[in-house]
Amino acid sequence: MSGFIDDAARRLRSNPGAMCAMFVVAGLVALALFGPWFNPNGSETLDWLHVAAQPALESAHWFGTDRLGRDLFARTLEGTRVSLAVGFFASAVSLLVGIGYGAVAGYVGGRTDHVMMRVIEILSGLPLIFFVIFLTVILGRSEYLLFLSIGAVGWLTMARIVRGQTLSIRRREFIEAAVASGAGTARIIVKHVIPNVIGPVIVYATLTVPQIIMFESFLSFLGLGIQEPHASLGTLIAEGAGEMEAAPWILLVPGGFLAMLLLALNIFGDGLRDALDVKER
Amino acid sequence: MAPLLSIDDLTVSFSQPDRNISAVRQVSLSVAARECVAIVGESGSGKTQIFMAAMGLLAGNATAQGSVRFEGGEILGAPAPQLNRIRGSKLSMVFQDPMTSLTPHLKIGIQLAEVLVCHAGKSWSEARIAARRMLERVRVPDPARRLNQYPHELSGGLRQRVTIGMSLLCGPQLVIADEPTTALDVTVQAQIIDLLRAMREEVGMALVLISHDLGVVAGLADRILVMYAGRMVESADSAELFRHPRHPYTAALLKCIPNLSGPRLERMPTLPGQPPQPGDPLEGCAFAPRCPRAAERCRAERPLLNGGAHRVACHFPWSP
Repeated sequence: MSGFIDDAARRLRSNPGAMCAMFVVAGLVALALFGPWFNPNGSETLDWLHVAAQPALESAHWFGTDRLGRDLFARTLEGTRVSLAVGFFASAVSLLVGIGYGAVAGYVGGRTDHVMMRVIEILSGLPLIFFVIFLTVILGRSEYLLFLSIGAVGWLTMARIVRGQTLSIRRREFIEAAVASGAGTARIIVKHVIPNVIGPVIVYATLTVPQIIMFESFLSFLGLGIQEPHASLGTLIAEGAGEMEAAPWILLVPGGFLAMLLLALNIFGDGLRDALDVKER
Repeated sequence: MAPLLSIDDLTVSFSQPDRNISAVRQVSLSVAARECVAIVGESGSGKTQIFMAAMGLLAGNATAQGSVRFEGGEILGAPAPQLNRIRGSKLSMVFQDPMTSLTPHLKIGIQLAEVLVCHAGKSWSEARIAARRMLERVRVPDPARRLNQYPHELSGGLRQRVTIGMSLLCGPQLVIADEPTTALDVTVQAQIIDLLRAMREEVGMALVLISHDLGVVAGLADRILVMYAGRMVESADSAELFRHPRHPYTAALLKCIPNLSGPRLERMPTLPGQPPQPGDPLEGCAFAPRCPRAAERCRAERPLLNGGAHRVACHFPWSP
């Protein structure tokens, strides 16, 4: 297994596009985490002398300010941090739960599979928005709740994809050979089923990160997600869209960050899929 | 001495929405220690399903009745944990297609070592050394390099050597080889058969060879069992079966093997007709519709397998 991961890492390193994308993502993460230390402006400080100021390198506000005079660089970094956190944690939740659930349902099959898939259908029949409102009302609003509620819905599709992939390899000879060599169900699922379905799952996961970031901004817009004075890329873009004609940078700065992030994540996901497929080259 | 594997009155049937299909009908056979038994029959004659049932690998809609005893213990329908103690260690299997019977994302070395780690409780480093030795024994050239390769980097013949090696890792009492040469081309077939023969001499395990090709099993098997439509029709020592086939089906099969030294024939001899469809009800002898010797009795009464060393299920067998 460790050999498998080493090999995947080696193949990933030999893919320049994916490596570039990985550095862009890593750079954005580093900037979001450590950038505020190098910025004299706080994300909530109002600078009444520079309201909706244009970006300028020589001024204190590199990326300008919004219409309340808050430093756009500081706010965009905060937004990037929040969006990345929501994207990654919610996908991690959906990945973990979805892979486990889908692989068990698909491999064990029969009545177990039947019951497990009906549970998924019932859950995906519940409207997500009501679900999130419900959780917000009971537990109060927090970022963690957002991770949980988005992840709690994201795993449904993930589990279906994993189950479908598992069904397609369950009757293959190498699984039969593993059974015939006396491997137990748990070992077969962990060592022979999951690694063979991981390719499409990784691609789907990298596509869910952008989706979740979008979904988070939608929830925030409805007042269910991140609220002022905190910011996510979604709320910043929504805010910037209103000032598009007068002060386009308020839209362009967070929009540029989001676009760069999504592009890099997609390219990286594609490279990861290639790296995890041993037959690629 | 009690046989290593004894199968009694085994029936395997598949339930389908509209009917039940019997793939194996009341088959009994036994394999002694160190013996090589070949099961021969056409596609759909049920030869593979007998051993799928024995290994606990039947499809979900299949039911098996009867008894399969390995080293005296009943294994038919045994719970998986109990089966897993013998599957892969004392009783192992080589599959038909080496292209698909190895897990694609694991290196050869890891797949081989895993069997030893699981069954023999060895450490990974010990298991790896044993795996390399096994690759040497099954004549895989440059075994140290092969251990670090993925299945798709090996040719079909090499992969079948690897799966044979894998089946022998734990020193099994019995290896079941399900058409081990069917997916390979003819020259490689001969090499694999040679390897199986050499391994039998070195390891001394019993071998069940499932095949549709009498030529493949001829030089290897001590005893040959012929299956037709889910039933066993003839069972004899290998040499005896080739020299004096008694069942009309076996005799017809042997006539279909082309003879290079004989006179040149206009047409290859073939068996007229089709084997019965799996769901068809079988009255009397299943081979009767295609049999040159069939009489009224054959269509009404099912012939039972009888005889001593050379057993045949036919009302009018060829005389010995």
